[in-house]
Amino acid sequence: MQTLNAIIFGWYPYLCLTVFLFGSLVRFDREQYTWRSGSSQLLRRSQLLWGSNLFHAGILFIFFGHFVGLLTPIWVFDMLGVSHSFKQMLAIVAGGSAGLMCLIGISLLTHRRLFDPRIRANSSFGDTAILLILFAQLLLGLSTIPVSLGHLDGHEMVKFMTWAQGILTLRPGVAAVIFDVNPIFKAHLVLGMTIFLVFPFTRLVHIWSAPVWYLGRSGYQVVRSRDGALGATDRPLQPAE
Amino acid sequence: MKIRAQIAMVLNLDKCIGCHTCSVTCKNVWTSRAGMEYAWFNNVETKPGIGYPKDWENQSRWKGGWKRNRNGSIQPRIGGKWRVLANIFANPDLPEIDDYYEPFTFDYPHLQNAPELPAMPTARPRSLVSGERLEKIEWGPNWEEILGGEFAKRSQDYNFEGVQKEIYAQFENTFMMYLPRLCEHCLNPACVAACPSGAIYKREEDGIVLIDQDKCRGWRMCVSGCPYKKIYYNWQSGKSEKCIFCYPRIEAGQPTVCSETCVGRIRYLGVVLYDADRIAEAASKPDERDLYQAQLDVFLDPNDPAVIAEAEQQGIPHAWMDAARTSPVWKMAMEWKVAFPLHPEYRTLPMVWYVPPLSPITSATSAGKIGLDGEMPDVKSLRIPVRYLANLLTAGDEKPVTLALERMLAMRAFMRTKTLDGVVDEAIARRVGLKPAQIDEMYRIMAIANYEDRFVIPTAHRELGADAFDIRGSCGFTFGNGCSGGENEVNLFGTPRKANNRAKNPMEIA
Repeated sequence: MQTLNAIIFGWYPYLCLTVFLFGSLVRFDREQYTWRSGSSQLLRRSQLLWGSNLFHAGILFIFFGHFVGLLTPIWVFDMLGVSHSFKQMLAIVAGGSAGLMCLIGISLLTHRRLFDPRIRANSSFGDTAILLILFAQLLLGLSTIPVSLGHLDGHEMVKFMTWAQGILTLRPGVAAVIFDVNPIFKAHLVLGMTIFLVFPFTRLVHIWSAPVWYLGRSGYQVVRSRDGALGATDRPLQPAE
Repeated sequence: MKIRAQIAMVLNLDKCIGCHTCSVTCKNVWTSRAGMEYAWFNNVETKPGIGYPKDWENQSRWKGGWKRNRNGSIQPRIGGKWRVLANIFANPDLPEIDDYYEPFTFDYPHLQNAPELPAMPTARPRSLVSGERLEKIEWGPNWEEILGGEFAKRSQDYNFEGVQKEIYAQFENTFMMYLPRLCEHCLNPACVAACPSGAIYKREEDGIVLIDQDKCRGWRMCVSGCPYKKIYYNWQSGKSEKCIFCYPRIEAGQPTVCSETCVGRIRYLGVVLYDADRIAEAASKPDERDLYQAQLDVFLDPNDPAVIAEAEQQGIPHAWMDAARTSPVWKMAMEWKVAFPLHPEYRTLPMVWYVPPLSPITSATSAGKIGLDGEMPDVKSLRIPVRYLANLLTAGDEKPVTLALERMLAMRAFMRTKTLDGVVDEAIARRVGLKPAQIDEMYRIMAIANYEDRFVIPTAHRELGADAFDIRGSCGFTFGNGCSGGENEVNLFGTPRKANNRAKNPMEIA
């Protein structure tokens, strides 16, 4: 069991992160034309306005919550005087509400994707699969809440923080830290890593391109001169194979 | 002064016969592809009517174009940058495909494959989006062709603002016009401004507005930003597409496909010089009725020695200056003032201009519904069509439209006396503020409309272009990664993919 644990939580994360980063890079470099959000709003507006907004707002909050919660070094919280049990309660309440918001949104989106004839006919396998994976991951995440409520002192949470930070700081053997946590957490972790694994092969790549730079554009207009000096650069055309 | 050149277009609506050749040739060349069946880079609408997509001129609904803030600045009507980003997950101002029309095909194979039946087999319609049966086609790209449908529906036309519809109804049989529409390649494009990715850009050398298909991420804000609804979201590729003004042809000195194939010879292409530094000021005039004049003021006279010297300095090629001096667009827009921008009130400074149609006036005259002012019909007495045209072309200012119509009538009267009676009646010309020589030229360019007078397009300079040697034998004008569209017909393991992410064509469904 120790070996299996080490493989899944010690080695698998690196496989996922490698594919996530290199896959994204290769796709960005080679296949720009496929790099898009894949919106289906034009085909069916109903359920999307609420569904997409709730889903995105919820999942963004959850994503950044996980990011900050897992990767902030533990001594930062200690220095700020945030107790582990308080932080855990915060994570449960805030994450739980955002999770519910996301759940409503993704339910609408899933219903639309599976049962609207227009959307279903134009969904690729990847579109449907990633939506269902996210749905499952959200349900798993929400179902960790009752388990968490059973140990409110935050010691389990510290295990996950130690593990996540250990993985990113390349600490060998860190997988052993979470050997004894509740299986529901483990399932959540495995599916979470798998999302990183499939990320470059799905429409999720649009996250990389969140157009925050728009806010920094001076003025509104974009003019491209003949030599490409202003604004963007021209990619040379590829010769025929 | 920042001089830029633009290849602009004028459409002489007076000669448009509504044959749709422009639309069809354009579609055959550019948009007969999956995901773009519903998109017409060029379409011809019958006016009065609500158009394509439905009600596109109603900007309180679609929020296209620019709006002027109280402090005198302008911002896209869909909102500033923060609001654009806030709506990125679900754009509340995006039309649905039904607002254009649901693309359809017919079960043609059934005509050949049907078993023996008591009745003739028919080819019933089928949606190209879902592949399902369409029991009834409810709307199409030109549903209101030749005033099709009830007047009650067509009268929702936004250009009836300030016109009493009851009075208009009297003219219903005499007033009809065609309006071919394409991307306006604006000087102040709202689509460019609304694109969060910065994928849409205006080319400095010829003013053509293009979408970088590699940089587009499908945030679809441009579709809402464009008040003419001339950006189309390709629901198959997830990228937005628009009229490219046939730039590969323009660069080679050839007219666009729609212009080349226009059987009525209504389209003109020519260079217009403009001062890029004055665009912001012109687009933010407080009074919408000043926008037409403001746009005229942005243009630069290619005969002005100061402009010529400055253009030389800024590297505008001589061929382009020569073309600007013989540009039919310049003549119609600036010299004779018979061409107007479409809906200048959108503040985008559009560069596809229109000569208003005379047909409603002349047909009203022959029906005895209009007074004569000497030899010529009194344009002003036909208030309603003029008001309608002014709403369409000059943000409601009737004076320039009236003058243009009078000048066109004067041209007819002048040439009639000249060719039939052999008399040069200078009085006719003078009454509309023109010289006989000018009317002669108007006649040559607008009535005779020879190919070389209609299309004055300088070629792109070879030495300024990209070196094409390393793309010899390439796939040419393609999407995606050279010859690959980025979508494989087979999966990772070589098995053919299920075609469920493609709309099925009728041969596959049968």
